[in-house]
Amino acid sequence: MSFQGYRRQDGSVGIRNYVGIISTVGCANDVTWWISQEVKGSAPFLHGQGCGQTQPDLDQVTRTLISLGWNPNLAGVVLVSLGCEGVLADRIAAGIAESGKPVEMVVIQKIGGAKKAVAQGLSLARAMVAEVSKLRKEEFADSELVVGVKCGASDTTSGLAANPAAGAACDLLIDNGGTCIFGETTEFMGAEHILVRRAATSQVAEKIMSIVTRMEKRAIDMGFDMRGGQPTTGNIAGGLTTIEEKSLGAIVKGGSRTIQDVYEYGERPRGKGLFIVDSPGREIECLTALAAAGAQVILFTTGLGAPQGFPFVPVIKITANPDTYERLLDHLDVLVDLSERNDFSEVGRVLHREIIEVASGKQTKAEMLDYGSFPNIFTIGPVI
Amino acid sequence: MKQEAVVLNARDNVATALRPLQAGDVLRLGVGERTVEIRLKAQVPFGHKFSLAQLAPGSSIIKYGEVIGTSTETIQPGDYVHVHNVASGRGRGDLAKAVK
Repeated sequence: MSFQGYRRQDGSVGIRNYVGIISTVGCANDVTWWISQEVKGSAPFLHGQGCGQTQPDLDQVTRTLISLGWNPNLAGVVLVSLGCEGVLADRIAAGIAESGKPVEMVVIQKIGGAKKAVAQGLSLARAMVAEVSKLRKEEFADSELVVGVKCGASDTTSGLAANPAAGAACDLLIDNGGTCIFGETTEFMGAEHILVRRAATSQVAEKIMSIVTRMEKRAIDMGFDMRGGQPTTGNIAGGLTTIEEKSLGAIVKGGSRTIQDVYEYGERPRGKGLFIVDSPGREIECLTALAAAGAQVILFTTGLGAPQGFPFVPVIKITANPDTYERLLDHLDVLVDLSERNDFSEVGRVLHREIIEVASGKQTKAEMLDYGSFPNIFTIGPVI
Repeated sequence: MKQEAVVLNARDNVATALRPLQAGDVLRLGVGERTVEIRLKAQVPFGHKFSLAQLAPGSSIIKYGEVIGTSTETIQPGDYVHVHNVASGRGRGDLAKAVK
Protein backbone atom coordinates (compact mmCIF):
# COMPACT_ATOMS: atom_id res chain seq x y z
CA MET A 1 0.00 0.00 0.00
CA SER A 2 1.15 3.53 -0.69
CA PHE A 3 0.70 6.94 0.93
CA GLN A 4 1.15 10.60 0.05
CA GLY A 5 4.15 12.24 1.70
CA TYR A 6 6.90 14.84 1.45
CA ARG A 7 10.35 13.91 0.17
CA ARG A 8 13.20 15.18 2.37
CA GLN A 9 16.77 15.86 1.31
CA ASP A 10 18.20 13.16 3.60
CA GLY A 11 16.10 10.49 1.85
CA SER A 12 13.39 10.27 4.52
CA VAL A 13 9.70 10.99 3.86
CA GLY A 14 7.53 13.34 5.91
CA ILE A 15 3.81 12.83 6.40
CA ARG A 16 3.34 16.40 7.66
CA ASN A 17 5.16 19.53 6.54
CA TYR A 18 5.70 21.74 9.58
CA VAL A 19 8.29 24.34 10.42
CA GLY A 20 9.48 23.34 13.91
CA ILE A 21 9.89 26.13 16.45
CA ILE A 22 12.25 24.49 18.94
CA SER A 23 13.47 25.76 22.33
CA THR A 24 17.10 24.94 23.07
CA VAL A 25 16.40 25.46 26.79
CA GLY A 26 13.38 25.66 29.10
CA CYS A 27 14.03 29.41 29.62
CA ALA A 28 13.17 30.06 25.95
CA ASN A 29 9.79 28.29 26.08
CA ASP A 30 7.61 31.39 26.30
CA VAL A 31 9.10 32.96 23.17
CA THR A 32 8.92 29.62 21.33
CA TRP A 33 5.27 29.27 22.29
CA TRP A 34 4.34 32.84 21.29
CA ILE A 35 5.98 32.43 17.86
CA SER A 36 4.32 29.06 17.23
CA GLN A 37 0.86 30.38 18.12
CA GLU A 38 1.10 33.14 15.51
CA VAL A 39 2.34 31.08 12.57
CA LYS A 40 0.03 28.58 10.94
CA GLY A 41 2.08 25.71 9.54
CA SER A 42 4.50 25.75 12.47
CA ALA A 43 4.73 23.39 15.45
CA PRO A 44 6.49 24.10 18.77
CA PHE A 45 8.79 21.86 20.77
CA LEU A 46 8.94 22.98 24.39
CA HIS A 47 10.78 21.17 27.21
CA GLY A 48 12.24 21.79 30.67
CA GLN A 49 15.91 20.93 30.04
CA GLY A 50 19.11 22.32 28.51
CA CYS A 51 20.83 24.02 31.49
CA GLY A 52 21.99 23.40 35.06
CA GLN A 53 22.73 19.75 34.33
CA THR A 54 25.83 17.56 34.20
CA GLN A 55 27.52 16.90 30.86
CA PRO A 56 25.89 13.49 30.15
CA ASP A 57 22.47 15.16 30.40
CA LEU A 58 23.52 18.19 28.35
CA ASP A 59 24.76 15.73 25.70
CA GLN A 60 21.48 13.80 25.84
CA VAL A 61 19.45 17.01 25.43
CA THR A 62 21.67 18.16 22.53
CA ARG A 63 21.40 14.78 20.79
CA THR A 64 17.62 14.70 21.28
CA LEU A 65 17.08 18.24 19.94
CA ILE A 66 19.20 17.53 16.85
CA SER A 67 17.30 14.28 16.21
CA LEU A 68 13.95 16.07 16.64
CA GLY A 69 15.09 18.57 14.00
CA TRP A 70 15.79 15.63 11.69
CA ASN A 71 12.24 14.25 12.14
CA PRO A 72 10.85 13.90 8.60
CA ASN A 73 7.63 15.75 9.50
CA LEU A 74 9.65 18.96 9.86
CA ALA A 75 10.57 20.83 6.68
CA GLY A 76 12.67 23.40 8.49
CA VAL A 77 13.50 24.61 12.00
CA VAL A 78 13.64 27.93 13.86
CA LEU A 79 15.62 27.44 17.07
CA VAL A 80 14.89 29.71 20.02
CA SER A 81 17.83 30.14 22.40
CA LEU A 82 18.14 32.25 25.55
CA GLY A 83 21.86 32.79 24.99
CA CYS A 84 23.54 31.63 28.21
CA GLU A 85 22.22 28.04 28.41
CA GLY A 86 24.35 24.97 29.08
CA VAL A 87 23.67 23.30 25.73
CA LEU A 88 25.41 24.91 22.75
CA ALA A 89 22.72 26.32 20.49
CA ASP A 90 25.13 26.69 17.54
CA ARG A 91 26.03 23.01 17.82
CA ILE A 92 22.34 22.06 17.77
CA ALA A 93 21.72 24.29 14.74
CA ALA A 94 24.69 22.78 12.88
CA GLY A 95 23.54 19.26 13.76
CA ILE A 96 20.07 19.86 12.35
CA ALA A 97 21.43 21.65 9.26
CA GLU A 98 23.32 18.45 8.32
CA SER A 99 19.91 17.03 7.37
CA GLY A 100 19.79 19.58 4.53
CA LYS A 101 16.87 21.46 6.09
CA PRO A 102 16.82 25.24 6.52
CA VAL A 103 17.68 26.22 10.12
CA GLU A 104 17.40 29.72 11.63
CA MET A 105 18.05 30.89 15.17
CA VAL A 106 16.69 33.55 17.49
CA VAL A 107 18.76 34.44 20.58
CA ILE A 108 16.71 36.29 23.20
CA GLN A 109 19.60 37.89 25.13
CA LYS A 110 21.35 38.96 21.92
CA ILE A 111 18.42 40.60 20.18
CA GLY A 112 17.23 42.52 23.24
CA GLY A 113 14.46 40.60 24.97
CA ALA A 114 11.33 38.59 24.39
CA LYS A 115 9.32 41.05 22.29
CA LYS A 116 12.14 41.59 19.80
CA ALA A 117 12.87 37.86 19.75
CA VAL A 118 9.23 37.08 18.97
CA ALA A 119 9.20 39.68 16.17
CA GLN A 120 12.34 38.21 14.62
CA GLY A 121 11.09 34.66 15.11
CA LEU A 122 7.75 35.44 13.46
CA SER A 123 9.44 36.93 10.45
CA LEU A 124 11.86 33.97 10.10
CA ALA A 125 9.14 31.36 10.66
CA ARG A 126 6.68 32.97 8.21
CA ALA A 127 9.30 33.20 5.49
CA MET A 128 10.20 29.55 6.06
CA VAL A 129 6.56 28.38 6.01
CA ALA A 130 6.01 30.30 2.75
CA GLU A 131 8.99 28.49 1.22
CA VAL A 132 8.41 24.92 2.48
CA SER A 133 4.65 24.97 1.84
CA LYS A 134 5.43 25.02 -1.90
CA LEU A 135 6.54 21.38 -1.61
CA ARG A 136 4.19 18.98 -3.42
CA LYS A 137 3.21 15.60 -2.00
CA GLU A 138 4.39 12.46 -3.80
CA GLU A 139 3.36 8.82 -3.61
CA PHE A 140 5.53 6.47 -1.53
CA ALA A 141 5.37 2.78 -0.62
CA ASP A 142 4.54 1.94 3.00
CA SER A 143 8.11 0.63 3.35
CA GLU A 144 9.03 4.33 3.82
CA LEU A 145 6.95 4.48 7.00
CA VAL A 146 8.56 4.68 10.44
CA VAL A 147 5.93 3.98 13.11
CA GLY A 148 6.50 4.55 16.82
CA VAL A 149 4.53 2.35 19.22
CA LYS A 150 3.61 3.35 22.76
CA CYS A 151 1.13 2.32 25.44
CA GLY A 152 -0.12 4.65 28.16
CA ALA A 153 -2.65 4.70 30.97
CA SER A 154 -2.82 0.93 30.52
CA ASP A 155 -5.36 -1.39 32.08
CA THR A 156 -5.85 -5.11 31.61
CA THR A 157 -7.49 -4.62 28.20
CA SER A 158 -4.20 -3.16 26.89
CA GLY A 159 -2.38 -6.46 27.22
CA LEU A 160 -5.40 -8.56 26.24
CA ALA A 161 -6.21 -6.85 22.94
CA ALA A 162 -5.00 -3.29 22.20
CA ASN A 163 -1.28 -4.11 22.38
CA PRO A 164 -1.53 -7.37 20.40
CA ALA A 165 -3.53 -5.43 17.76
CA ALA A 166 -0.79 -2.79 17.52
CA GLY A 167 1.74 -5.63 17.37
CA ALA A 168 -0.10 -7.22 14.44
CA ALA A 169 0.04 -3.87 12.59
CA CYS A 170 3.80 -3.68 13.29
CA ASP A 171 4.35 -7.20 11.95
CA LEU A 172 2.44 -6.31 8.78
CA LEU A 173 4.37 -3.08 8.23
CA ILE A 174 7.75 -4.75 8.85
CA ASP A 175 6.87 -7.59 6.47
CA ASN A 176 6.14 -4.87 3.87
CA GLY A 177 9.65 -3.45 4.42
CA GLY A 178 8.77 -0.69 6.89
CA THR A 179 10.10 0.25 10.31
CA CYS A 180 8.66 0.17 13.84
CA ILE A 181 10.23 1.56 16.99
CA PHE A 182 9.24 1.04 20.59
CA GLY A 183 10.73 1.95 23.96
CA GLU A 184 9.48 2.08 27.55
CA THR A 185 12.39 0.11 28.97
CA THR A 186 10.79 0.08 32.43
CA GLU A 187 8.01 -2.01 30.92
CA PHE A 188 10.43 -4.71 29.80
CA MET A 189 11.00 -5.74 33.45
CA GLY A 190 9.71 -9.27 33.83
CA ALA A 191 9.40 -9.76 30.05
CA GLU A 192 12.98 -9.12 28.93
CA HIS A 193 13.62 -12.86 28.46
CA ILE A 194 11.00 -12.85 25.68
CA LEU A 195 12.51 -9.82 23.90
CA VAL A 196 16.02 -11.27 24.18
CA ARG A 197 14.93 -14.40 22.28
CA ARG A 198 14.02 -12.13 19.34
CA ALA A 199 17.30 -10.17 19.25
CA ALA A 200 19.08 -10.19 15.86
CA THR A 201 22.47 -10.89 17.45
CA SER A 202 23.90 -11.74 20.85
CA GLN A 203 25.15 -8.12 21.09
CA VAL A 204 21.58 -6.84 20.63
CA ALA A 205 20.41 -9.30 23.32
CA GLU A 206 23.08 -7.95 25.68
CA LYS A 207 22.01 -4.37 24.97
CA ILE A 208 18.40 -5.23 25.83
CA MET A 209 19.47 -6.76 29.15
CA SER A 210 21.77 -3.85 29.93
CA ILE A 211 19.18 -1.08 29.38
CA VAL A 212 16.68 -2.97 31.57
CA THR A 213 19.26 -3.46 34.35
CA ARG A 214 20.24 0.22 34.13
CA MET A 215 16.62 1.43 34.33
CA GLU A 216 15.77 -0.96 37.19
CA LYS A 217 18.89 0.11 39.13
CA ARG A 218 17.80 3.75 38.94
CA ALA A 219 14.44 2.80 40.46
CA ILE A 220 15.98 0.51 43.12
CA ASP A 221 18.52 3.20 44.13
CA MET A 222 15.60 5.30 45.37
CA GLY A 223 15.15 2.72 48.17
CA PHE A 224 11.44 2.11 47.69
CA ASP A 225 9.13 -0.43 46.12
CA MET A 226 8.61 0.88 42.59
CA ARG A 227 4.93 -0.11 42.66
CA GLY A 228 2.67 2.94 42.53
CA GLY A 229 5.17 4.54 40.14
CA GLN A 230 5.26 1.44 37.94
CA PRO A 231 2.67 0.10 37.62
CA THR A 232 0.95 3.43 38.25
CA THR A 233 -1.95 3.89 40.64
CA GLY A 234 -4.20 4.00 37.56
CA ASN A 235 -2.74 0.78 36.15
CA ILE A 236 -3.44 -0.91 39.50
CA ALA A 237 -7.02 0.37 39.52
CA GLY A 238 -7.28 -1.06 35.99
CA GLY A 239 -6.35 -4.54 37.24
CA LEU A 240 -2.57 -4.65 36.69
CA THR A 241 -0.95 -6.03 39.85
CA THR A 242 2.81 -5.92 39.16
CA ILE A 243 5.29 -4.45 36.69
CA GLU A 244 5.86 -8.02 35.43
CA GLU A 245 2.19 -8.32 34.46
CA LYS A 246 2.21 -4.86 32.87
CA SER A 247 5.40 -5.63 30.94
CA LEU A 248 4.17 -8.98 29.58
CA GLY A 249 1.12 -7.17 28.21
CA ALA A 250 3.14 -4.16 27.02
CA ILE A 251 5.90 -5.76 24.95
CA VAL A 252 3.44 -7.37 22.52
CA LYS A 253 2.69 -3.89 21.11
CA GLY A 254 5.96 -4.15 19.15
CA GLY A 255 4.79 -7.35 17.44
CA SER A 256 6.82 -10.51 17.03
CA ARG A 257 9.55 -9.76 14.50
CA THR A 258 13.34 -9.75 14.99
CA ILE A 259 14.70 -6.85 17.06
CA GLN A 260 17.41 -5.37 14.82
CA ASP A 261 19.11 -3.09 17.32
CA VAL A 262 18.82 -1.03 20.51
CA TYR A 263 19.52 2.72 20.63
CA GLU A 264 20.08 5.29 23.35
CA TYR A 265 17.48 7.94 24.17
CA GLY A 266 17.57 10.66 21.49
CA GLU A 267 19.33 8.53 18.87
CA ARG A 268 18.01 7.82 15.37
CA PRO A 269 17.90 4.13 14.36
CA ARG A 270 19.51 3.32 10.98
CA GLY A 271 18.00 0.75 8.64
CA LYS A 272 14.60 -0.90 8.47
CA GLY A 273 12.71 -3.35 10.65
CA LEU A 274 12.02 -3.39 14.39
CA PHE A 275 14.09 -1.28 16.81
CA ILE A 276 14.15 -0.42 20.52
CA VAL A 277 14.96 3.07 21.81
CA ASP A 278 15.79 3.23 25.52
CA SER A 279 13.21 5.43 27.23
CA PRO A 280 11.06 5.56 30.34
CA GLY A 281 7.38 4.70 30.20
CA ARG A 282 6.13 8.22 30.96
CA GLU A 283 4.38 9.79 27.97
CA ILE A 284 6.03 13.21 27.78
CA GLU A 285 9.53 11.74 27.58
CA CYS A 286 8.72 8.56 25.65
CA LEU A 287 6.83 10.29 22.82
CA THR A 288 9.82 12.63 22.43
CA ALA A 289 12.13 9.59 22.11
CA LEU A 290 9.94 8.14 19.34
CA ALA A 291 9.77 11.48 17.49
CA ALA A 292 13.55 11.90 17.85
CA ALA A 293 14.01 8.36 16.52
CA GLY A 294 12.33 9.51 13.30
CA ALA A 295 8.78 8.22 13.73
CA GLN A 296 6.40 9.98 11.33
CA VAL A 297 3.37 8.55 13.14
CA ILE A 298 2.80 6.92 16.53
CA LEU A 299 0.40 4.11 17.45
CA PHE A 300 -0.62 4.68 21.06
CA THR A 301 -2.70 2.10 22.92
CA THR A 302 -4.53 2.98 26.12
CA GLY A 303 -6.89 1.35 28.59
CA LEU A 304 -7.95 4.20 30.88
CA GLY A 305 -7.62 6.96 28.26
CA ALA A 306 -4.28 8.77 27.76
CA PRO A 307 -4.88 11.97 25.75
CA GLN A 308 -1.30 12.94 24.74
CA GLY A 309 -0.34 13.64 21.17
CA PHE A 310 2.89 15.21 19.93
CA PRO A 311 3.31 18.66 18.32
CA PHE A 312 4.47 17.46 14.89
CA VAL A 313 3.86 13.69 14.91
CA PRO A 314 0.28 12.41 14.53
CA VAL A 315 -0.61 10.02 17.35
CA ILE A 316 -3.30 7.38 16.71
CA LYS A 317 -5.11 6.40 19.91
CA ILE A 318 -6.30 2.81 20.21
CA THR A 319 -8.25 1.19 23.04
CA ALA A 320 -9.82 -2.19 23.70
CA ASN A 321 -11.78 -0.88 26.69
CA PRO A 322 -15.31 -0.19 25.35
CA ASP A 323 -16.30 2.01 28.33
CA THR A 324 -13.20 4.18 27.87
CA TYR A 325 -13.84 4.46 24.13
CA GLU A 326 -17.39 5.67 24.69
CA ARG A 327 -16.47 8.12 27.46
CA LEU A 328 -13.35 9.53 25.77
CA LEU A 329 -14.41 9.48 22.13
CA ASP A 330 -12.97 13.02 21.86
CA HIS A 331 -9.50 11.51 22.32
CA LEU A 332 -9.65 8.00 20.87
CA ASP A 333 -9.38 6.99 17.22
CA VAL A 334 -9.85 3.20 17.09
CA LEU A 335 -11.75 0.66 19.23
CA VAL A 336 -10.40 -2.90 19.18
CA ASP A 337 -13.02 -5.57 19.94
CA LEU A 338 -12.04 -7.30 23.18
CA SER A 339 -13.86 -10.47 22.18
CA GLU A 340 -11.73 -11.02 19.05
CA ARG A 341 -8.70 -12.16 20.95
CA ASN A 342 -7.82 -15.28 19.02
CA ASP A 343 -6.71 -13.74 15.75
CA PHE A 344 -5.34 -10.20 15.55
CA SER A 345 -4.43 -10.31 11.84
CA GLU A 346 -7.68 -8.61 10.72
CA VAL A 347 -7.44 -5.80 13.30
CA GLY A 348 -3.76 -5.49 12.34
CA ARG A 349 -4.89 -4.78 8.76
CA VAL A 350 -7.44 -2.24 10.03
CA LEU A 351 -4.70 -0.41 11.96
CA HIS A 352 -2.35 -0.58 8.97
CA ARG A 353 -5.02 1.10 6.81
CA GLU A 354 -5.50 3.72 9.52
CA ILE A 355 -1.74 4.42 9.51
CA ILE A 356 -1.80 4.85 5.70
CA GLU A 357 -4.77 7.23 5.91
CA VAL A 358 -3.20 9.30 8.67
CA ALA A 359 0.09 9.31 6.74
CA SER A 360 -1.76 10.70 3.72
CA GLY A 361 -3.36 13.49 5.72
CA LYS A 362 -6.25 12.18 7.83
CA GLN A 363 -6.26 14.10 11.12
CA THR A 364 -6.08 12.15 14.39
CA LYS A 365 -8.10 13.18 17.44
CA ALA A 366 -4.95 14.41 19.22
CA GLU A 367 -4.09 16.56 16.18
CA MET A 368 -7.56 18.07 15.94
CA LEU A 369 -7.51 18.87 19.67
CA ASP A 370 -3.91 20.06 19.46
CA TYR A 371 -3.31 18.01 22.63
CA GLY A 372 0.32 17.34 23.52
CA SER A 373 2.04 20.72 23.25
CA PHE A 374 4.07 20.21 26.44
CA PRO A 375 6.40 17.22 26.10
CA ASN A 376 9.80 16.86 27.76
CA ILE A 377 13.24 15.31 27.34
CA PHE A 378 14.35 12.41 29.56
CA THR A 379 17.42 13.12 31.66
CA ILE A 380 19.34 10.94 34.08
CA GLY A 381 21.31 13.02 36.55
CA PRO A 382 20.50 15.76 39.02
CA VAL A 383 19.45 19.31 38.22
CA ILE A 384 22.35 21.35 39.60
CA MET B 1 -23.09 -15.38 25.36
CA LYS B 2 -20.16 -13.08 26.03
CA GLN B 3 -17.22 -14.66 27.81
CA GLU B 4 -17.17 -13.71 31.49
CA ALA B 5 -13.50 -14.34 32.15
CA VAL B 6 -10.46 -15.56 30.29
CA VAL B 7 -7.46 -17.78 31.04
CA LEU B 8 -4.71 -16.75 28.61
CA ASN B 9 -2.39 -19.75 28.85
CA ALA B 10 -2.77 -23.39 29.95
CA ARG B 11 -0.06 -22.84 32.61
CA ASP B 12 -1.90 -19.90 34.22
CA ASN B 13 -3.18 -20.11 37.80
CA VAL B 14 -5.23 -16.89 37.51
CA ALA B 15 -8.09 -15.80 35.23
CA THR B 16 -9.04 -12.25 34.14
CA ALA B 17 -12.63 -11.00 34.47
CA LEU B 18 -14.14 -9.64 31.24
CA ARG B 19 -17.10 -8.13 33.11
CA PRO B 20 -17.69 -7.21 36.77
CA LEU B 21 -18.14 -10.47 38.71
CA GLN B 22 -19.80 -11.07 42.10
CA ALA B 23 -18.97 -13.33 45.05
CA GLY B 24 -20.83 -16.61 44.56
CA ASP B 25 -20.71 -16.45 40.73
CA VAL B 26 -19.86 -19.86 39.26
CA LEU B 27 -17.67 -19.74 36.15
CA ARG B 28 -16.74 -22.52 33.74
CA LEU B 29 -13.39 -21.65 32.17
CA GLY B 30 -11.29 -23.24 29.45
CA VAL B 31 -7.71 -23.78 30.62
CA GLY B 32 -5.91 -25.22 27.62
CA GLU B 33 -7.74 -28.51 26.88
CA ARG B 34 -9.41 -28.66 30.29
CA THR B 35 -12.49 -26.92 31.64
CA VAL B 36 -12.46 -25.83 35.26
CA GLU B 37 -15.34 -24.65 37.41
CA ILE B 38 -14.64 -21.86 39.89
CA ARG B 39 -16.96 -20.34 42.48
CA LEU B 40 -15.86 -16.78 43.28
CA LYS B 41 -15.20 -15.97 46.95
CA ALA B 42 -15.18 -12.21 46.38
CA GLN B 43 -16.24 -9.48 44.00
CA VAL B 44 -13.84 -9.12 41.03
CA PRO B 45 -13.96 -5.87 38.96
CA PHE B 46 -13.70 -5.82 35.16
CA GLY B 47 -10.14 -6.57 34.08
CA HIS B 48 -9.06 -7.84 37.50
CA LYS B 49 -7.94 -11.37 38.41
CA PHE B 50 -9.04 -14.33 40.50
CA SER B 51 -7.28 -17.55 41.44
CA LEU B 52 -7.84 -20.94 39.81
CA ALA B 53 -5.77 -22.83 42.39
CA GLN B 54 -4.84 -23.24 46.02
CA LEU B 55 -1.60 -21.31 46.44
CA ALA B 56 0.68 -21.32 49.49
CA PRO B 57 2.47 -18.09 50.44
CA GLY B 58 5.50 -17.59 48.17
CA SER B 59 3.90 -19.30 45.14
CA SER B 60 4.44 -17.96 41.63
CA ILE B 61 1.41 -16.23 40.13
CA ILE B 62 1.22 -17.21 36.45
CA LYS B 63 -0.51 -15.20 33.68
CA TYR B 64 0.33 -15.26 29.95
CA GLY B 65 2.16 -18.49 30.90
CA GLU B 66 4.77 -16.33 32.70
CA VAL B 67 5.48 -15.37 36.32
CA ILE B 68 3.86 -12.02 37.19
CA GLY B 69 4.62 -12.05 40.94
CA THR B 70 4.59 -14.02 44.19
CA SER B 71 1.72 -14.67 46.62
CA THR B 72 2.18 -13.05 50.02
CA GLU B 73 -0.47 -15.18 51.76
CA THR B 74 -2.48 -18.35 51.17
CA ILE B 75 -4.78 -17.90 48.17
CA GLN B 76 -7.82 -20.16 47.61
CA PRO B 77 -9.48 -21.00 44.28
CA GLY B 78 -11.98 -18.18 43.58
CA ASP B 79 -10.10 -15.59 45.67
CA TYR B 80 -9.57 -12.10 44.28
CA VAL B 81 -5.87 -11.74 43.30
CA HIS B 82 -4.31 -8.29 43.30
CA VAL B 83 -1.84 -6.02 45.13
CA HIS B 84 -3.17 -7.10 48.56
CA ASN B 85 -1.92 -10.69 48.13
CA VAL B 86 0.72 -10.51 45.34
CA ALA B 87 4.19 -8.91 45.48
CA SER B 88 6.36 -7.90 42.55
CA GLY B 89 9.93 -9.16 42.29
CA ARG B 90 11.19 -6.17 40.33
CA GLY B 91 12.20 -2.61 41.13
CA ARG B 92 12.20 -3.47 44.86
CA GLY B 93 14.33 -0.69 46.30
CA ASP B 94 12.63 -1.33 49.65
CA LEU B 95 14.11 -4.84 49.81
CA ALA B 96 17.53 -3.66 48.60
CA LYS B 97 17.54 -1.06 51.39
CA ALA B 98 16.55 -3.68 54.00
CA VAL B 99 19.52 -5.86 52.97
CA LYS B 100 21.93 -2.92 53.47
